[in-house]
Amino acid sequence: MGISIELEINGASVSKEVEPRLLLAYFLREELGLTGTKIGCDTSQCGSCTILLDGQAVKSCTVLAVQADGGSVTTIEGLANGEYHPMQQAFWDNHGLQCGYCTPGMIISCIDLLNTNPQPSEEEIRHGLEGNLCRCTGYHNIVRAVQAAAETMNG
Amino acid sequence: MAGANNTNGAQGVFGSSIRRREDPELITGQAKYTDDLQLSGMVYCTILRSPYAHARIRSIDASQAEALDGVLGVFTAKDIEESGIPGAIPVGWLLPDMKIPEHYMLVKDTTRYVGDGVAIVVAEDQYTAHDALELIWVDYDPLDGVADPHKATVEGAPLVHEEAPGNIAFDWEIGDQEKTDAAFANAAHIASLDIVNNRLIPNAMEPRAALADYNSITGELILYMTTQNPHIHRLLMSLASLGLPEHKIRVIAPEVGGGFGSKIHHYADEALSAWASMQVGRPVKWTATRTETYLTDAHGRDHVTHGELALDAEGRFIGLRVDTYAAMGAYLSTFAPAVPTYLYGTLMSGEYDLPAIYCHVYGVFTHTVPVDAYRGAGRPEATFVVERLVDEAARVSGIDPAEIRRRNFIAPDNFPYATQVALEYDSGNYAGTLDKALATIGYDDFRKEQAAARERGQHLGIGLSAYIEACGLAPSAVVGSLGAQAGQWESAVVRVHATGKVTVYSGCSGHGQGHETTFAQIVASALGVPYEDIDVIEGDSGVMPHGWGTYGSRSAATGGSAIASAAQKVVDKARTIAAHLLEASEEDLAFEDGQFFVKGSPDQTQSLPDVALQAYLAHNLPKGIEPALEATSFYDPANFVFPFGTHIAIVEICSRTGHVTLQRYLAVDDVGNVINPMIVDGQVHGGIAQGVGQSLYETAVYDESANLLSGTMLDYAVPKAHFLPSFETDRTVTPCPHNPLGVKGVGEAGTIASPAAVVNAVVDALSPFGVTHIDMPVTPEKVWNAMHS
Repeated sequence: MGISIELEINGASVSKEVEPRLLLAYFLREELGLTGTKIGCDTSQCGSCTILLDGQAVKSCTVLAVQADGGSVTTIEGLANGEYHPMQQAFWDNHGLQCGYCTPGMIISCIDLLNTNPQPSEEEIRHGLEGNLCRCTGYHNIVRAVQAAAETMNG
Repeated sequence: MAGANNTNGAQGVFGSSIRRREDPELITGQAKYTDDLQLSGMVYCTILRSPYAHARIRSIDASQAEALDGVLGVFTAKDIEESGIPGAIPVGWLLPDMKIPEHYMLVKDTTRYVGDGVAIVVAEDQYTAHDALELIWVDYDPLDGVADPHKATVEGAPLVHEEAPGNIAFDWEIGDQEKTDAAFANAAHIASLDIVNNRLIPNAMEPRAALADYNSITGELILYMTTQNPHIHRLLMSLASLGLPEHKIRVIAPEVGGGFGSKIHHYADEALSAWASMQVGRPVKWTATRTETYLTDAHGRDHVTHGELALDAEGRFIGLRVDTYAAMGAYLSTFAPAVPTYLYGTLMSGEYDLPAIYCHVYGVFTHTVPVDAYRGAGRPEATFVVERLVDEAARVSGIDPAEIRRRNFIAPDNFPYATQVALEYDSGNYAGTLDKALATIGYDDFRKEQAAARERGQHLGIGLSAYIEACGLAPSAVVGSLGAQAGQWESAVVRVHATGKVTVYSGCSGHGQGHETTFAQIVASALGVPYEDIDVIEGDSGVMPHGWGTYGSRSAATGGSAIASAAQKVVDKARTIAAHLLEASEEDLAFEDGQFFVKGSPDQTQSLPDVALQAYLAHNLPKGIEPALEATSFYDPANFVFPFGTHIAIVEICSRTGHVTLQRYLAVDDVGNVINPMIVDGQVHGGIAQGVGQSLYETAVYDESANLLSGTMLDYAVPKAHFLPSFETDRTVTPCPHNPLGVKGVGEAGTIASPAAVVNAVVDALSPFGVTHIDMPVTPEKVWNAMHS
């Protein structure tokens, strides 16, 4: 019943046989142990499961693992490369997280946001994050973190 | 990677905005939450939930589910009863004459809310466990249900429990009715409002989960779970649910993704997971779907209230009368009875010198998810009643809202102040935060701008909320006399190792608050040890002494004080040893920056690590002094702590759509001494967001048959980033006079203050339309109708 898929995950190539209905989020978490990607809802609202698929932010609870066949996936575990990604650093420096559960998806979405709009206004940041929910920070310091990261990444 | 902060050792650590040491694991995805854990041989549990608010179960046929490949078992209440465990989900706060209906781990014959647990499946994998739920056939006989706490008390309403006529769980009052009625008889003005405090769903981003590992050989259960208070869960698992001896249960809180109250309570689901592990002899994991969290996490608020405030001719408050119907939901959740009573009625004096108060509360059963503590717990509801009535009083008396507050504040020289509703406020300077807030927001200028805007047909409004809150419930004896089946002290162990490094154990259990950082800051300052040399451990009933956990803004005030107290004991013991080593008398020793020395002779020192090493070697200790260097404290506070402040919201209302835009939000809080300003600001931000959520966006909606209509994140508006502005924060500092750190609580302040600030601003904006009140959430539809009625 399984379908063979082959994809690149955080720079390493992975081949697995998966059930056709298996969601990418569960594939990452359960099959590969990449539990940094979180699952916070069942209606694709919360964004905790956001990853980069071929460089674009997607909600991995809304993608079947078989749809990612041949693709390249970056999860929160794959961001730091000897040093933190500027967005991770900015979240730490600006207290952009509290419980940390939304944080992996939020950081990925923020990176995607700056990839498409390197110098967003506060309003653009807030609208850019409408796919990600945070219940702890009131988004105040997340906005500050994105602004700080934008400065680092543009500088 | 970027290293730790340069904290300059212990100097100035208390009070500085150190970046959180928790964060590196969280920003890299390395932190392990309950659902991230895998144990060898682990299987999965899912729970079949009632689709009816009220139904009798005629029969359950699980044969098809049991036959599904990969299913280990399907269990119902009958199986739990036959296993001989107590199987109960108890209530932990008792009020006089309260009706306490049976609450069993699974429904025996009647379901009482949509989501009530009917059966469980245990299967080899998660997908199969969910598939099997679809194959259990339950024959329900649907009955009428009721969701509104006021309608539930009307004659003829469907009964949730036969033993509770009129659906009344309890009938509670506080204050002096006669005196209050007399005040109203003499009033020059009376402000009167009917208020609905909307039902909320907590929405911690991490859904609840449990991973239970029962060892039938040793009889030990290790239960990893999403908890704010591992020891409370251990106690209730042992006493009421599983019947296992307390010392054979170890409850561990791994990383916990927010709680806001929802992870305080003892639910059936985690107990069922543990029981399932005992049945199948393998580790069992249960993880709620988001829909399940909507259907089972205790909801918050849900009051129907009539409130009145009496004034004399000078605009002084002379009496407050409040009558509330508070929903309990289908069963009494863990601390539910305390929320609309001792956490609500006792706050009715607000910041005001109020000579007569009477508050009456019916706790009401409804066919809904149980209601219990949610961020603020009773205090947002009380503050909303008081601060809305104060604005209405300003309107009926023609006095400016800022002025009427100032005129009625308890004066700074009037502390301690005994309210008419049982609390003794220990300190406060209410005009201090009001003045600062008015100056920062530019109150007088705003009024001019507002008048000019009205000329242009633009609708601006400003709203004040001058709040007080009582948090860090205490002392234990008082809380016990009010009905708590729990203590409210906190434990701490400060262990200095032989090398001078320190491990701190706290009975609190953080889930996003940054305790590992702030508690280390406390100890660094107290011991003069570098911040980097201190580790903080929480959340494991097998490791630390009994503690009561993290909720009710208690961790800094109670847990922090326990740590400070244990650290002081360490210093006292170290001083004795240092005096011996320096051949001096203890009284002659100074202790600065971690060094003991004879006053006036700072050249010859014994550092804390020097003393620690000698304490462990024990070769040369003073007579009667035991080896090692650690201390335990069980700190029982003398009183609640009383944070206060003034929050101001400015809104603009679109006259075409009724849409409310929150233009500015300012919080001036007084939380006493501040351990880490960055973290305190973060708590305020998050609190405001949840209060703004309640006032503008969020509400749990039940239909007439008590079906939850807002059962997903699609239907329930957890605020998104663009729903909110950036917040302005400021502080005054009035230290708590009765705890060693002078700290108060901050976790709930924003949630307590903000709903009244926002709604007062909306009503202010709509005053030209004759609007005097509008219920939350203030949706465009409600505003538009108010403008056009």
